[in-house]
Amino acid sequence: MVQERERVLPSFSTTQANITREDGLIVYEDMVLGRLFEDKCAEMYYRGKMFGFVHLYNGQEAVSSGVIKAMRKDDYVSSTYRDHVHALSAGVPAREVMAELFGKATGCSKGRGGSMHMFSSEHNLLGGYAFVAEGIPVATGAAFQSKYRREALGDPNADQVTACFFGDGASNNGQFFECLNMAALWKLPILFVVENNKWAIGMAHDRATSQPEIYKKAEVFDMAGVEVDGMDVLAVRAVAQEAVARARAGEGPTLIEALTYRFRGHSLADPDELRSKAEKDFWFARDPIKRLAAYLMEQNLATQEELKGINRRIQATIEEAVQFGLESPEPDPSELYRFVFAEDK
Amino acid sequence: MDESCALSSASPNSLSNLFTFVLATYTTSLRQEIEMAETLLYNALKEAIDEEMARDSQVFVLGEDVGHYGGSYKVTKDLYKKYGELRVLDTPIAENSFTGMAVGAAMTGLRPIIEGMNMGFLLLAFNQIANNAGMLRYTSGGNFKIPLVIRGPGGVGRQLGAEHSQRLEAYFQGVPGLKMVACSTPYNAKGLLKAAIRDDNPVLFFEHVLLYNLKQDLPSEDYVLPLDKAEVVQEGSDVTILTYSRMRHHVAQATKLLDKEGIGADVIDLISLKPIDFETVGASIRKTHRVIIVEECMKSGGIGAELSASIMDRFFDELDAPVIRLASQDIPTPYNGTLENLTIVQPPQIVEAAQKLATNRL
Ligand SMILES: Cc1ncc(C[n+]2csc(CCOP(=O)(O)OP(=O)(O)O)c2C)c(N)n1
Ligand SMILES: [Mg+2]
Repeated sequence: MVQERERVLPSFSTTQANITREDGLIVYEDMVLGRLFEDKCAEMYYRGKMFGFVHLYNGQEAVSSGVIKAMRKDDYVSSTYRDHVHALSAGVPAREVMAELFGKATGCSKGRGGSMHMFSSEHNLLGGYAFVAEGIPVATGAAFQSKYRREALGDPNADQVTACFFGDGASNNGQFFECLNMAALWKLPILFVVENNKWAIGMAHDRATSQPEIYKKAEVFDMAGVEVDGMDVLAVRAVAQEAVARARAGEGPTLIEALTYRFRGHSLADPDELRSKAEKDFWFARDPIKRLAAYLMEQNLATQEELKGINRRIQATIEEAVQFGLESPEPDPSELYRFVFAEDK
Repeated sequence: MDESCALSSASPNSLSNLFTFVLATYTTSLRQEIEMAETLLYNALKEAIDEEMARDSQVFVLGEDVGHYGGSYKVTKDLYKKYGELRVLDTPIAENSFTGMAVGAAMTGLRPIIEGMNMGFLLLAFNQIANNAGMLRYTSGGNFKIPLVIRGPGGVGRQLGAEHSQRLEAYFQGVPGLKMVACSTPYNAKGLLKAAIRDDNPVLFFEHVLLYNLKQDLPSEDYVLPLDKAEVVQEGSDVTILTYSRMRHHVAQATKLLDKEGIGADVIDLISLKPIDFETVGASIRKTHRVIIVEECMKSGGIGAELSASIMDRFFDELDAPVIRLASQDIPTPYNGTLENLTIVQPPQIVEAAQKLATNRL
């Protein structure tokens, strides 16, 4: 019926990778953090500690880590409702993300936002946006801001790049096309990163779009468009580095289509009945974390013991985040109206 | 007396008592309805769509995940198997455009039912709903009619965050040419949806995320309910309570206590939010001379704001006391559960308001 054939994943030779030991470990640690954090969220959701719609990122870690860890700390990131891991990669402490999920006053959105609305101005995280595609124009605005500061205000330090993450489903929304046009027209420093995980809830990508190869849609806007194996963090990183360099040099945006897969249902409330076992098996066999671990060991960049040590350390970080979240205070009911207006600090 | 102001200054302790009360009473009421019940509300809606699609081949459904997935709340489950993929059309996530498409299809003779996966997403279609669905018949001088239903889940659920906990009635009520209906029981959900599908005007049909699992015995024969008639839920002579959607069930909790205290509430479920059935509303006010409006909409510019202004216009001489408006706080719905509960009206506030009005302590 749908998507029986898999698209051929673009090949990437590891000889192109040349990642240092230090960077390799940073990226590995970030992916492990994302994975274990999400596993903990599932546990906490089923234990009744968090509510609402919770969308997990398992399986897609190579995209967040591959792109964001190829950027600077002062660059901008925008996300969707599937935003926990982008927040973590952008540097928001796990404890603040977990506390937000628990609705606590110490959460990065002060308990007002929840799973789909992670924000951190400190980390230039422009936010989790719950409505499909609405983050794209916002991210485009942040990129415009960089260009404005550099060119209209003459600030040579304003070379920040924005990474805008969204899904295959969002790429059929008008906001996507409208922003591609403006970003290309004004050569804005932005990466449009489509995480094509083949599904928009129960809507198979091939049933939703006339041209399933999303990266090709860049061409009509005279914009660079690339596809990349989104299960290979080194490939994603290489593509991101090139796009970031182009953006920072003022040469304009890039549309990156990362072919990836979510290992869980759309949200923790989704029965996940439409995806076939064969399809899942194809992608489970391409776990991006196992793949990087194997590479690091093959290249003698890390030992198994070291990697295990990282896993243990991250596990401890997450336990600490849960503890912090549980012990944190609820928002004060007398502050119900706090933050409605700019005067509330 | 402004109840919502009183609430924000209440002590945390009395607030937490309030929630325990709310939770306990709300779950018992649901359970009671389930025991005597047959059809779940979401299935009542599905029956309405199924029957109307069988009756009229111009009727079709479109929206996100309405086909293979069966709808986010299973209202269209398996209908595509019966009617095919063009009559139960899975659309891309392109709200403004597929809404505009439905307007075009309606102008040219079809009778589309749009499912907003969540009604909030229709904010992206605001232009097509307001400019085209709402105003086009008038702008075209009666050349075209738009027999269109836009339905789907809305309201404040359980900790879904601001964007998924919208109170949209306020935004849409100013648009000329739209009818707005809110269902609240399986019985009225089915009868009203059928009427909305048969109506030749664009109808915004509001369902509430927390009411889909209500159960009720439904008539086995075909029935259709009028779109413009309010429903008298219970009769009483002391105070009129005007409400709609989920708040009807909060009011039911309150009236249980009020009944015990001998305060007779005349409870009216508005059903039609635009136009309002002022005949039924007026008859009640002439009897009780006191009015409380209970809504989930925001207080500023909400349904209650419009309603109380109209009551002043039409029935001022009948009133013995100012109209009390119990509405949601004017803030984006917070994620945190405690803050969320504080944002919407709870049964004890309704009880308190009715007591005040009944004993003229204003
Ligand atoms: C404007 C809008 N329409 C519909 C939805 C409901 N919805 C939430 S996620 C989703 C699917 C999005 O798929 P995709 O863009 O591929 O992202 P993924 O969930 O796969 O990461 C839909 C339809 C929404 N949140 N916002
Ligand atoms: Mg997707």
